[in-house]
Amino acid sequence: MSRSSHPRRFLGLRLERGLWLTLFLAPALVLMLVFTTLPAINALVYSLFKWQAFKRGAFAGLENFQRLFAYPFDQQFLRALSHNTLAFVVLLVVQTGLGLLLAYALWKHPPGLRFFRVTVFLPVILSLVIVGFLWQLFLNPLFGPLNKLLHGVGLHALALPWLGDPATALPALLLVNVWRWVGFPALVFLAGINAISEEYLEAAKLDGASEGQVFRHVILPLLAPSFTIIVLLTFIGSFEWFDLPYVMEGVNGTPAGATDTLALMFYRLAFGTVDAGISDVGLGAAVNTVLFFLVLLGAVLGALYLRRREVEG
Amino acid sequence: MRRRLSGLDWLLRGALILNAIGVLSPLLVMLVSAFKSTREIFASPFAPPSMLSFQNFIKVWQVGQFDLYLRNSLIVTLGALALILLFGAMAGYALGRFRFRLNDVIYLFFLAGLMIPAKLALIPLFVQLKALGLLNSLWGLILVYAAGGIPAAVFIMAGFFRTLPSDLDNAARMDGAGEWQVFWRVMLPLVRPALAIVGIYSAIPIWNDFLLPLVFIQKPELKTLMQGLTVFFGQYQTDWGALFAGLTLASLPLALLYLLLSEEFIKGLTAGATKG
Repeated sequence: MSRSSHPRRFLGLRLERGLWLTLFLAPALVLMLVFTTLPAINALVYSLFKWQAFKRGAFAGLENFQRLFAYPFDQQFLRALSHNTLAFVVLLVVQTGLGLLLAYALWKHPPGLRFFRVTVFLPVILSLVIVGFLWQLFLNPLFGPLNKLLHGVGLHALALPWLGDPATALPALLLVNVWRWVGFPALVFLAGINAISEEYLEAAKLDGASEGQVFRHVILPLLAPSFTIIVLLTFIGSFEWFDLPYVMEGVNGTPAGATDTLALMFYRLAFGTVDAGISDVGLGAAVNTVLFFLVLLGAVLGALYLRRREVEG
Repeated sequence: MRRRLSGLDWLLRGALILNAIGVLSPLLVMLVSAFKSTREIFASPFAPPSMLSFQNFIKVWQVGQFDLYLRNSLIVTLGALALILLFGAMAGYALGRFRFRLNDVIYLFFLAGLMIPAKLALIPLFVQLKALGLLNSLWGLILVYAAGGIPAAVFIMAGFFRTLPSDLDNAARMDGAGEWQVFWRVMLPLVRPALAIVGIYSAIPIWNDFLLPLVFIQKPELKTLMQGLTVFFGQYQTDWGALFAGLTLASLPLALLYLLLSEEFIKGLTAGATKG
């Protein structure tokens, strides 16, 4: 016997069902609407207004953007943008490359596999505050263990003031970033290789393919979906890079702005100088808006391009 | 059958060993230095401590107020986690197991939320929390973190609920169970593995975060552990023994959990990137 045979009872059930669905969905929807969606829309709207500290003033049109792209902020902006771009390229090559190498090494089931897996991923669970401060101490030019070690083994030329010299500060931060993050692509790639069907690998081997050929022509193309995700996450992470530069080099991106990033610039304009009473929320919101569209555009274009390659591959 | 190891195999093993040394030695130096005096750290950074002294830890715990920071971090992380798991599972259940007209629209709405990092909405969030009286409040942090974690939770949960056989809930309904009981008593216990993944995926970034407390919390007694660590580093710049003890204490909770549950951590934290 069907439960909905009686019309009035059917209507009642439908209403009841709608009520239950609303009840199940409402808390998540309301929380997201109030604390994610609304603020995100406002973030874009705010850049079109004048601001007195955190009090909104008159509509300003594109004035904040005009100020951002004029002296002196345009130079700050371009310098920060160049650092974000460099971070993306370096991390893509070094971090992703090392991650792939470690993934392949783990995939071959070396003795101690469990130990190596756990170790590779260990830094990923540590807060960037901890990682940043730890390496700040290690890289201290006078008392830091790293330079003591370098002097100890005779590499005096490498015992540099890493974080204090504009030439080495950004590379040092990027290396610390690699130290903290490399386990992530490694284990994503490892999961990707593990998901490749044994048959493909066996077939290639039976055809007499060398290990290098199997890697290049079977494993790499089939890893394309993992690459898409890692490239996109590296892109987003590089352009929103904030925590490590902030913890290790402060809100101004010392030395001499050598480690400044767009997210630092945004934070500095909106919040970093609140105590000094000179925060410029309109300008900060403008940086924020530009950054938002930059990341969105890059991520969408990148996703489309990489997905197409996946299909072709 | 035993395969002969090629040169490449040795090279790959070498890379793993080098990586393990590179990861573990800084952490080991951190741990050992936490037991030394600053003078000892400067004089011989790699030597074991001359005596086992907990002086640094006592200083961090009492003067550095780590007990307070730890409590705040626990409240914020567990509070946000409870909301994410409960509301995420409820919404995931509705989207994953019921067909209704707005299903796709709501799904897309959550998807859009997945793309918005709180970092990019910091100014409006600040203004809004101020207006709601939620600045300098752990509740403010809990609500913002929960909202940020819900979209991913909804997706993972909806995916899991979808895979459960459809007669399960119907059978329970036939037995006269109400909708809430079907969800709470029948369905939720079946997706426990998904709850664990969502829990790890959501909780660890919250525990490790310091940007939101940096902006939203000024009161010293409400600061979280990572935020407290930055305060501590500002105050004790030259006391390296205390600094290393602070770092060690701050990393211990997650590091120990990770050693116990490493497989779950790895699965949980790479969940967003390895599904496809």
